[in-house]
Amino acid sequence: MNEKKPTSLLYLDGVSVSFDGFKALNSLSFVIEPGELRAIIGPNGAGKTTMMDIITGKTRPDSGEVFFKGDIDLTRRDEAEIAQLGIGRKFQKPTVFESHTVWDNLELSLNRKRGVFATLFYRMTAEDNARIEEILSTVRLSNRKNDLAASLSHGQKQWLEIGMLLAQEPELLLVDEPVAGMTDAETAETAVLLKEIAKTRSVVVVEHDIGFIRELGVKVTCLAEGSVLAEGSIDFVSADQKVIENYLGR
Amino acid sequence: MITSFLLKSFDRTIVIAVAIILGLALIVPALNLLTSPEHPLHVPTYLVSLFGKYLTYALLALALDLVWGFCGILSLGHAAFFALGGYAMGMYLMRQIGARGSYGNPLLPDFMVFLNWKELPWFWYGFDMFWFAALMVVLVPGLLAFVFGWFAFRSRVNGVYLSIITQAMTFALLLAFFRNDMGFGGNNGLTDFKDILGFNIQADGTRAALFAASAVALAASLILTSGMVRSKYGKILVGVRDAESRTRFLGYRVEHFKLFAFTVSAMMAGVAGALYVPQVGIINPGEFDPANSIEVVIWTAVGGRGTLIGPIIGAVLVNGGKSVFTAAFPEFWLFALGGLFVLVTLFLPKGIVGTVQAWRAKRKDYRKAAADEAARGQSVAKPVAAE
Amino acid sequence: MLTRLAYRSLQSLLVTLCLLITVFATDLRAQEDLRTMIDALGEGSFAKTIEQVEALARTGDPKIVPALEALAAGDLYLRKSDRQVFLTKPAGGSLTLVDPLTGAEAGTESAGALTKIRVNNSLRRAVRSALGGLTLMSPDAGVRLQAAQTMLRTPSADALEQVEAALAAETDARVKPVLERARAAALLVSDRPDDEKKAAVAVIADAGGQDALSLLSAALSSADDNLRPELEAAISSIKERQALWSAGQNVWYGLSLGSVLLLAAIGLAITFGVMGIINMAHGEMVMLGAYTTFVVQEVIRTSFPGLFDWSLAIALPLAFLVTGVVGLAIERGVIRFLYGRPLETLLATWGISLILQQAVRTIFGPTNREVGNPSWMSGAFELGGLTITWNRLWIIVFSLAVFTALLFLLKKTPMGLQMRAVTQNRRMASSMGIRTPWVDALTFALGSGIAGIAGVALSQIDNVSPNLGQGYIIDSFMVVVFGGVGNLWGTLVGAFALGILNKFLEPYAGAVLGKILVLVLIILFIQKRPRGLFALKGRAVEA
Repeated sequence: MNEKKPTSLLYLDGVSVSFDGFKALNSLSFVIEPGELRAIIGPNGAGKTTMMDIITGKTRPDSGEVFFKGDIDLTRRDEAEIAQLGIGRKFQKPTVFESHTVWDNLELSLNRKRGVFATLFYRMTAEDNARIEEILSTVRLSNRKNDLAASLSHGQKQWLEIGMLLAQEPELLLVDEPVAGMTDAETAETAVLLKEIAKTRSVVVVEHDIGFIRELGVKVTCLAEGSVLAEGSIDFVSADQKVIENYLGR
Repeated sequence: MITSFLLKSFDRTIVIAVAIILGLALIVPALNLLTSPEHPLHVPTYLVSLFGKYLTYALLALALDLVWGFCGILSLGHAAFFALGGYAMGMYLMRQIGARGSYGNPLLPDFMVFLNWKELPWFWYGFDMFWFAALMVVLVPGLLAFVFGWFAFRSRVNGVYLSIITQAMTFALLLAFFRNDMGFGGNNGLTDFKDILGFNIQADGTRAALFAASAVALAASLILTSGMVRSKYGKILVGVRDAESRTRFLGYRVEHFKLFAFTVSAMMAGVAGALYVPQVGIINPGEFDPANSIEVVIWTAVGGRGTLIGPIIGAVLVNGGKSVFTAAFPEFWLFALGGLFVLVTLFLPKGIVGTVQAWRAKRKDYRKAAADEAARGQSVAKPVAAE
Repeated sequence: MLTRLAYRSLQSLLVTLCLLITVFATDLRAQEDLRTMIDALGEGSFAKTIEQVEALARTGDPKIVPALEALAAGDLYLRKSDRQVFLTKPAGGSLTLVDPLTGAEAGTESAGALTKIRVNNSLRRAVRSALGGLTLMSPDAGVRLQAAQTMLRTPSADALEQVEAALAAETDARVKPVLERARAAALLVSDRPDDEKKAAVAVIADAGGQDALSLLSAALSSADDNLRPELEAAISSIKERQALWSAGQNVWYGLSLGSVLLLAAIGLAITFGVMGIINMAHGEMVMLGAYTTFVVQEVIRTSFPGLFDWSLAIALPLAFLVTGVVGLAIERGVIRFLYGRPLETLLATWGISLILQQAVRTIFGPTNREVGNPSWMSGAFELGGLTITWNRLWIIVFSLAVFTALLFLLKKTPMGLQMRAVTQNRRMASSMGIRTPWVDALTFALGSGIAGIAGVALSQIDNVSPNLGQGYIIDSFMVVVFGGVGNLWGTLVGAFALGILNKFLEPYAGAVLGKILVLVLIILFIQKRPRGLFALKGRAVEA
């Protein structure tokens, strides 16, 4: 695996972490290539969210290596730094700034200087303006731009959050259960949206909805008890005996 | 850069509020100094000082609102920053007494002579100069807030935990300032001031000037905080309040944003304390009492946190009420204050200004919805007509 | 039958009487003899007096000790008129005479009517050896012990041989070690060889204590280079042991303070730790508990004075009830509307604390009220080098008992199970049929009730005033936060750790600075471990 390290976008090797004796991740290893769209499935407690916590710097691993773009060691950096490096994260529960307008949400997410004084004296440029309009139309929220985010529907909040991640211009997007609580139509649209996004960057989607993953039609990694159980196309993985026992069968 | 910052800070409410405050800075001293005591509009000097005190309280509440209302940091230690600013000013005023103290020592304040001290402690050097004291008024609270905040925010001490340790901080300072060997006058604090900048501190003119200075400081702080909260920085601050982890995962160093707000806020509190001390004529360790810090919170809550003029209105209303109440029924003031805490949190969580704003926004929405409805009715009506 | 019994009784009575008279008579006669011998001390030359002292010593009667001691001190006088010898006490211009044997007063005389019996060094030595011999050889072990202790306190090279003789004959296990030390002490000031002195130093050092320290220090000032290192080592070892005892005393004070903190914080560990409610009125619950004790004692004083020792036992359930009901009212009336808004809860309960304080001030007045200690809570006893007061000891015991009871309640009873279920997963608990609002209310009432019984205990050592609670609230929060929220054991360890730390800092920094240092240390500690000593880790906590 080591020889893959220089070319891969994200590289996890032997990552373990435990909380009060419970092993949330057990020597987890996998690799994401640039431009790849990857789905991650697995039963509850398989370590999917913990894996995201580790990649984004929220949790430190007890052991193991996490590298971004070849040689950037993510285990030594905090959330803000990792976000600035170009890793975006969407939470399971849509998390947007409810007391700001949709527009402001995107303005705050733009990949600009993020220091205290830079933001204190920030002025909207024509370029930024155009970028926000563009994202608004991508996530289909142009007509709600002056409304408070709190007034959006659940699905719209999910899209706003995806829009915020786009504004961040990440090279790697981690998306946690993007279609939870969405209608079928919304789910289908989200699949299209994600595929569109994956054209220009790598995306990792954690999802329970097998139908949605089929719709994405990408390489699937199945996690169980903190390590990789199987990896491959959805048909390959769902035929795997261990996967059926651990996840699908139940 | 600065101009755009300032321009952004003015919206209608702020312009009106600043105009009123600056108007007061002119009118109240004028009514005090230029009218004869018999004149119906005459403002007696004691009222000038009382209102001046309210203005410094308003400034303190505004400072707290910047961190609590906009960033979600409920500091129970703002009385400490206020008192530190007050002590810095008090030290300057003590040095101005010079040889006029009861012991007539030209160098040492009375309490040091009384404690048999032979020389001025090093931390009293420089306080005979106004510019130095004025610098310390902002620097000392600012530095304490910076160091304290740096540790606290970096380790992500949040919510009530932060409230509790800020309370412990002011409690520790309270105990420390009670000690005689700290060199700040112990239990009695600093008092018996004579002059400020060469003017007699008891004189009507000085009192009026101090009132005007308090009003100007409040107006300036209002403009500053308004600029801050309307900038992108301020929006991020609100983002930290509402969804801290989202802000972090967008790449913002949340601890820096909190630290900046906390430090600026502490400096404002320090200025408020510095203006308060010459108007009341004393500063003692009682100002560090944790109960004082919590009272500031209730002023802010009554007026409306997360709004800029709310804390100002709240501070003036609650303290005005306190003055009236303690004069009429001193026994019941604590019942009233305690009741205010309970009632505001239960029934008026947005405060007066916040509730009014919400009510107006609702009415606007309602009108807009009605207008939309009417418009849609027409557009629906048209195709029907076409068929 | 009956007459026979009466006769036997009479007979035994008579026999006893006769025996008593005989003993008394012999005693009287002996006293007369002694009296003449003591009077003879006033006659003749020094040599003659020395002979007389030795003769007295041979009687082996401890009654002569005061006379001999007075002689050595130059306090023995001869009445010129009848040539009798007396001790004296000054009485105005003249002197009160005291019988040397009985210690009874025997009139007054002017100074002119008396002659002081003169002493020189050889006489003094004779007296001393006589005294030592008398008491050290006394058949009464108590007297011997006292004599040995006197020898130990005032060592003299002259007495060395006597002590050694006494030591050789001594069999009593209590007296022997004291004698050995007395010998060592005497040996140190004698001119014996250094080897023996070194052994003596070891004996004294083993004993330890302030006396040993002064003996060795005195010896050090006149010691030669040969002995010096031994002495210095011994002195420092004693000092170390003393430091250990004083550390032990500090630990005790710390435990005592810790138990107070534990009592104050333990209710908070329920309301804040388990339920997550910031109850700023917690201190006022403690205060109400203390006032309940005051009221109970007032009623007892006026109506049932005999029950005073039971006042605390009566106050405990009452205080629990009163504060529990107040807590219930606060939860139902205010807090339940504020769940999920901790900062608002903080403000509202602060308001409640102001109201409660003012209410108590209005009813009972602003000054301290007197709450008495029952007899079993008063006084103190010694344990090794420690002084232990009963009220502190009982409060430690009580705090641990409350802690254990609470632990039991939480872990082993259905109510505890429901409480834990509700705090861990409210929705799940609710769907399992637990009436979560009532569990919340009862849990809060329990926490408040415990604060109330803490108030009963604290009324025994603190001033009962409306501000009583204010003094504890910050400390209590510190304890709970330091120990780790949601963890009763953490509260226990936190309370005692902070108590002991506080008392160890006090000697170096003073009480106030010590407290400040502790606060600063906790603040720094929370920066390092924001979730306390025994924090739960993992995702569950974040949610």
